[in-house]
Formats: sequence, C-alpha cells, structure tokens
Amino acid sequence: MFKIEPIKQERKAQKRKTNVAAFLGIPYYVILSVLIVIPVILIVFYSVTEKVNNLYYRFTFDYFVMFFKEPIFLKTLWNSIFLAIITTFVTLAVGYPLAYVIARRTPKVQALLILLVTAPMWINMLIRVLAWKQIFDMIDTNLLGTDLAIVVGMVYVYLPFMVLPIYTVISKIDPLLYEASADLGANNVKTFLKVTLPLSVGGILSGVTMVLLPAATTIVIPKILGNGKYLIGSLIEDRFLKAGNWGYGSAIAIILSLIIMLMVFITKRADKNKEVEKFEDY
Amino acid sequence: MKTIKHISRYTFIGLVLLFCYIPIASLIIFSFNESRSLTRFTSFSLKWYLELFRSQEIINAVVVTFVVAILATIISTIIGTFASIAIAKHKRKLRNTLLSANNIPIVNPEIVTAIGLLLLFQSIQLQRGLFTMLLAHIAFCVPYVILSVYPKVRSLDPSLQEAAQDLGATPLQALRHAILPQIKVAVFAAAAISFTMSFDDFVISYFTAGSTTNISIYLYTLKRGVNPTINALSTIMILIITAVVIANFIRTNKQVKGD
Repeated sequence: MFKIEPIKQERKAQKRKTNVAAFLGIPYYVILSVLIVIPVILIVFYSVTEKVNNLYYRFTFDYFVMFFKEPIFLKTLWNSIFLAIITTFVTLAVGYPLAYVIARRTPKVQALLILLVTAPMWINMLIRVLAWKQIFDMIDTNLLGTDLAIVVGMVYVYLPFMVLPIYTVISKIDPLLYEASADLGANNVKTFLKVTLPLSVGGILSGVTMVLLPAATTIVIPKILGNGKYLIGSLIEDRFLKAGNWGYGSAIAIILSLIIMLMVFITKRADKNKEVEKFEDY
Repeated sequence: MKTIKHISRYTFIGLVLLFCYIPIASLIIFSFNESRSLTRFTSFSLKWYLELFRSQEIINAVVVTFVVAILATIISTIIGTFASIAIAKHKRKLRNTLLSANNIPIVNPEIVTAIGLLLLFQSIQLQRGLFTMLLAHIAFCVPYVILSVYPKVRSLDPSLQEAAQDLGATPLQALRHAILPQIKVAVFAAAAISFTMSFDDFVISYFTAGSTTNISIYLYTLKRGVNPTINALSTIMILIITAVVIANFIRTNKQVKGD
C-alpha cells in the first residue's frame, strides 16, 4: 500500500518535465505555422483563385495557362535556367581544379587559401555585384546588359559555393588511397579518374545545387549587370511590386519551385546512380 | 617538369584570387577618388566619406540594418534553441514532421519565401515596415538556428536534464546549468549565422519592408544613381568584415595548434 504514493509522485514529476519541454517549443510552433507554413498555403491559394468580390473567390487555372501561352514568359524562364546552367558549368570548371589544387597543399596553406577564396562571401552581395558593374564600366560600357556580364557576375558570387563542398570531400580522401593506386601501377590521370573523381561526386553535386538554384532565381545580378534584363526572378518581382498581380506572380513562383524541386531531384538521383555503379564495380 | 607543374598550379590559384579581389580593390580605390568618376582616378580625397556621414538616407539604412539584424538574431537564437530542446523530446513522427516543415524556407528559393510573407502580411492587413521586416527575418533565421542547434541537442544524453532535476534543480535551472553549457558552441554559431544572413539579406527584406530601407535595399534601388559614396560605404563594410574574418582565422588556427 505505502509503495503507491512515491510512484504517483514520480509520474507527476515526469509529466511536469514534458510539460516544460513542450512549453519551450510554443513560440517556434507559432512561427513555423504562421510565418512558414501559411505563406506557402497562401501562394498556392492565390495561384488558383480569382477574386470576384470581397467575399467570394473563384477557382481558376488561368494564371498557369497564361504563363505557358505567352512565349515571352517561357523565353524568360528558359533564359534564366540557361544562364544558371552556364554559370554552374563555369563554376565547376574553375572550382573543381581549384579545390583539387588547394586540397593538395600543406594544412596551413590550405586554410589560408580557403579563407581567401571564401572571404568575399561575407561581403554584402549587392556590393560585390556593384563592384563588377564598375569593372565593366571601366573595360567597355557595352558589356553591361550582355549575358556575358550576367554570367561573370554569377560566377563571381557563387564560386565559393562550388569550391567549398568539393574541397571538403577531396581533403577528406585518405592519402593512402593515392599511394595504393600508384603502387598498383596507375598513373596520375588514372588515379584521378578512378580514385579522386568518384570519391568527390557528392561534393560536386552539392556544389551544383548550391550554385544552380540561387543563380536561376536571382533578381540582383540581372538588374545591376544585365541592365534590367528580364529573368524569372524579375518577372515575379514585377508582378508583385509593380503590377500588383498576385495570382499571376504566385503561379510563376509555383512553377519556379516545381522546376527547382525537379532539378534537385535529378541531382540527387545522379548521386544515387553513382553509388549503385560503385557497388556494382566491386 | 615538376617546377612547371608547380608554377602552373600557383598561376592558376593566383588568377582565381585576382578574379576574386580585383573588383573589391577597385571599389576601395575609387572611394578615395576626388572626382565623381568611377572609371578614371584623378586624385586622392576623403570627401566621399564626409558625404557618406552627411547622408541621412544611408545612415537610416545602416541603423535599420543593425536594429533588425540584432533583434532578429537575439529572438531567433532564443526561440530556435528552446525549440531544438523541445523537438528532441517529441515522438519520432511529430519530430520528423516539424523538421520537414522547418526545411521549407531552406530549400525554397528566397524569392518564393519573400512573396509568401508578402501575401501573408497583405492578407492580415499588416502595414509593411520595420516590424514586418523583423518578422520576416525571424522567419528565415529560426530554421537555420534549428539546423545548427538541434543536432547538438540530439547528441546529448537525454538523462542529463533528469539527472539535474533529480539532484534538486528546477526544470529551468537544469536547462541553464546542465543543457545550455553543453550546446553553447552550436548556439553561438547559430547566432553568427542569423546575424550575417539578416545583415546581408536583400530579397526577403525588399518584399516585406514596404518603404523601410536597409543597406541592401538602398544599394539595389540607388535613388541617386551610382556614386562614390557607395564605394565609401562599401569600403567601411569591407574593412570591418576583413577584421572579423582575420581575427576569426587567427583564433581558429590557435585552437588547432592547441589541440
């Protein structure tokens, strides 16, 4: 009989502990639902409804249809993705060898070089892009507004995003693997192709996503270096802040999100395929 | 053969570094230009710095940026840290749901997050300004705080809090003396991430701030056109960042040596 009392008390204490923990999370749950989840629902809502009057909204797919009917908008979307892909290739072509060369230095030199490559990232992006505007002005004013200027600006801003993940994976490769490869008779090229490259695929893919996505949606770079050239981000900006056409802007945002999810999905798939191949090789 | 390789490697690194730093250097050089030109250097002068401190617009933008960044950092770090502790105690299913919802602003393009918040503020008829900008910054900082702090909380022994409470600590005392010291490093990292993200944010602020202007919005709209006061402002910001980055580098290197 007398044993029941302490157990009860313990339960009470247990309950109190969980209550305190749940209480700690409340402000976050409010933010998560109001400022993060509801906005997404609102975008979807506005993209498929049309305001008839103050109380009544009608379901419609017009905004999506409009987007695909107007060749100009499709062209804008294609331009954005095209420039983002070019940017990704250039950052990869420069970033991979850079990460590779850096990873082969002594630890002290490595730390210094990585610092030098990534330090500009901490400077406000607007400042970095305005700096390029100034450089283009100095070289030849006609360069501003060209795709070249936009790509150079994007490569400049997003290069660290490519270098960092690749450097991280390459620097973690066990040097003994290189030795083993050399001992087995592979030359440097073969070692690179059979050891370094397969082991750095993960880094390449995260670098690719980290460059491709912001490059496809930026509004700063096309405005400053492209002389206001229309890319998909600027299109959304205009619909919302100038035209006040929220339904249409929301529809474009959803299309953009879907395309980006698709791109991420494809990149992740590429990673998995590589993994499978590796296992099949053994 | 080996020296050729050596030279070509360093030439390559050198070229990339030139690409990284020439724009920044030219920005700094032209902040000291006597004339208004940004392409031809005439003579040395500090007049654009004086102009900078006289520009009420720029000073306002700097103040707004700091106020929002400091408040957003403090609020997000506290909310996110507490939430990480709470999430770790939930059942697996709820935990995974919360963490996926937490990822929404991280995987979504910034501009989508921005218009979502714009639609929210418009729907509830909240006048856009400093307050909505602060809310928006909290909304995109908190997920990163969770991303940084939650894994650390998960790695703690779950009985830590209980042990403290069994020894007579109140739940809050247990939190303060048993949990927080263990996750301190992750919390500071989260605060640093929040501050930089808020300080440099453009897209989300641009859509949610109404007529309130932070540094990024000022640089984007540039009502008076490009002129060397922008270079002076940039130079000051670059110098501050350089000092912070170098100090940080020296500190981490010392730590590495200590280990």
